[in-house]
Amino acid sequence: MHASKPCIAMLIATLCPALMFGGTVSGKVTYTGTPVKQKAIDMSKEPSCAKQHATPVTTETIVTGANNVLENVVVYISAGADDANAPSQAVTFTQKGCQYIPHVIALHTGQELQVVNADQTSHNIHPLAKVNREWNKSQPPGSPNIQEKFDQPEFISVKCNIHPWMHGWFAVLKTSHYSITGDNGGFSLPNLPPGKYTITAWHEDYGTQTQDVTITGNETKSIDFSFKAKAY
Amino acid sequence: MSGKLFAIVVILIALASAVPIINHTFMGANVALPEDISTHGAEIDKQIDETMIEAGLSFLAAQLVLGFFVWQYAGRKDGVLKNFPGGAKYLVLAAVLLVGAEAIALGAIGTKAWATVYFKPASADALPIQVQAGQFAFYFRYAGPDGKFGGLHPDKIDEGNSNFFGLDPENDVAARDDITSGELVIPVNKEIHLMMHAKDVGHSFYVRELRIQQDFVPGLDLSLHFTATKVGKYEIVCTQLCGLGHYNMKAYLNVMSQDDFDKWLKAQSN
Repeated sequence: MHASKPCIAMLIATLCPALMFGGTVSGKVTYTGTPVKQKAIDMSKEPSCAKQHATPVTTETIVTGANNVLENVVVYISAGADDANAPSQAVTFTQKGCQYIPHVIALHTGQELQVVNADQTSHNIHPLAKVNREWNKSQPPGSPNIQEKFDQPEFISVKCNIHPWMHGWFAVLKTSHYSITGDNGGFSLPNLPPGKYTITAWHEDYGTQTQDVTITGNETKSIDFSFKAKAY
Repeated sequence: MSGKLFAIVVILIALASAVPIINHTFMGANVALPEDISTHGAEIDKQIDETMIEAGLSFLAAQLVLGFFVWQYAGRKDGVLKNFPGGAKYLVLAAVLLVGAEAIALGAIGTKAWATVYFKPASADALPIQVQAGQFAFYFRYAGPDGKFGGLHPDKIDEGNSNFFGLDPENDVAARDDITSGELVIPVNKEIHLMMHAKDVGHSFYVRELRIQQDFVPGLDLSLHFTATKVGKYEIVCTQLCGLGHYNMKAYLNVMSQDDFDKWLKAQSN
């Protein structure tokens, strides 16, 4: 009992600056123009996957929400953040219904990646890495999760060597300050100590945009990104 | 005694081997193959039957003669023959002539079956469909309402975006309405012209019911035509070992009435 008191004190001392002085950058990602219509995916050759989808799923290159919001955008701190250490918890990437769920994941360099096969068919996950080591691994149904790590920051396109329509992305970053936009297009990067930051928004088809932000204390800075949709 | 036993075994093996041949040839072709749903399939089935009969009879005759000689001479103790009676030259000549005659006969009979598929081009009003085989799926492309296929640009292939053929809709107007499908949907009783190419390695297109098996050769554009005569859903399988996912490389052939096909095509365009 005696030993635990200093521990708690130390814990509070460590957490307090983040809780009390941490700034936040948040905002929304939208698009202008008319995005290209996504194509229905024909899974007829893999009945065990096709029957999981009452209506045919479409490609996920451009996923939009109400009020012109753009989903699957990775918003992260590309300069200014000081966090060289990878979080200890793993990031999970699931193959289900012959789709990658989620379509885009972000992870820290050196952070563990867990690839799950939740399907009744074999998959062969193939991240098309150019900077990192490229690999592809077969994963029959019921086999254990594949565990991997990436050493270098890189946006890696991921495909399945068995089901050509499957496509996803790994955003390997040098930071754990990132946020991926969902159906409301919003992002939030909390717990930022005072300082100058470069915020980058990345989209698989529309490219990247950056904005500089200065955090002075316990404040929330609001910034928005807007991408121009391509007709084809 | 053991010689006579061996002769009996040889003859029994020959007779047992003949059972599937007899089954196939005289109990109806559907014992070995499913029902034929193509206009050219009857010729192929006839060819298979004739091959089975010729090869089967030659095989049986050879095995029975072998059995007879074993039975008759296995017990002899008076040494080994130094020379073949009458000399080996004539025997070899006779064998070459016999086998050659059979090969030529089969070829002559088969020419017709082969030629209807390969030498005769598709008729002008055949429905053109492009087939691309790639690891590990087949994709089929229809020209769409404009009746024109867009050009292929292998550098534009983007499978995650369902651009399996490498179309360039941004610059190529003809490509914009092209229809790509993972299922080969065709109208019944209409000639289909398949234009086939491989994206990566060798594959093969096999539909048992159509009596069609055609390899894809990387770098070659191959052409095939057929007419399906029965509505239904059939399996298209890859029969050329093409890599890790070969076992999973298949698609379905969906033969529909002309009305249903038109509806399907319209639905795909939207």
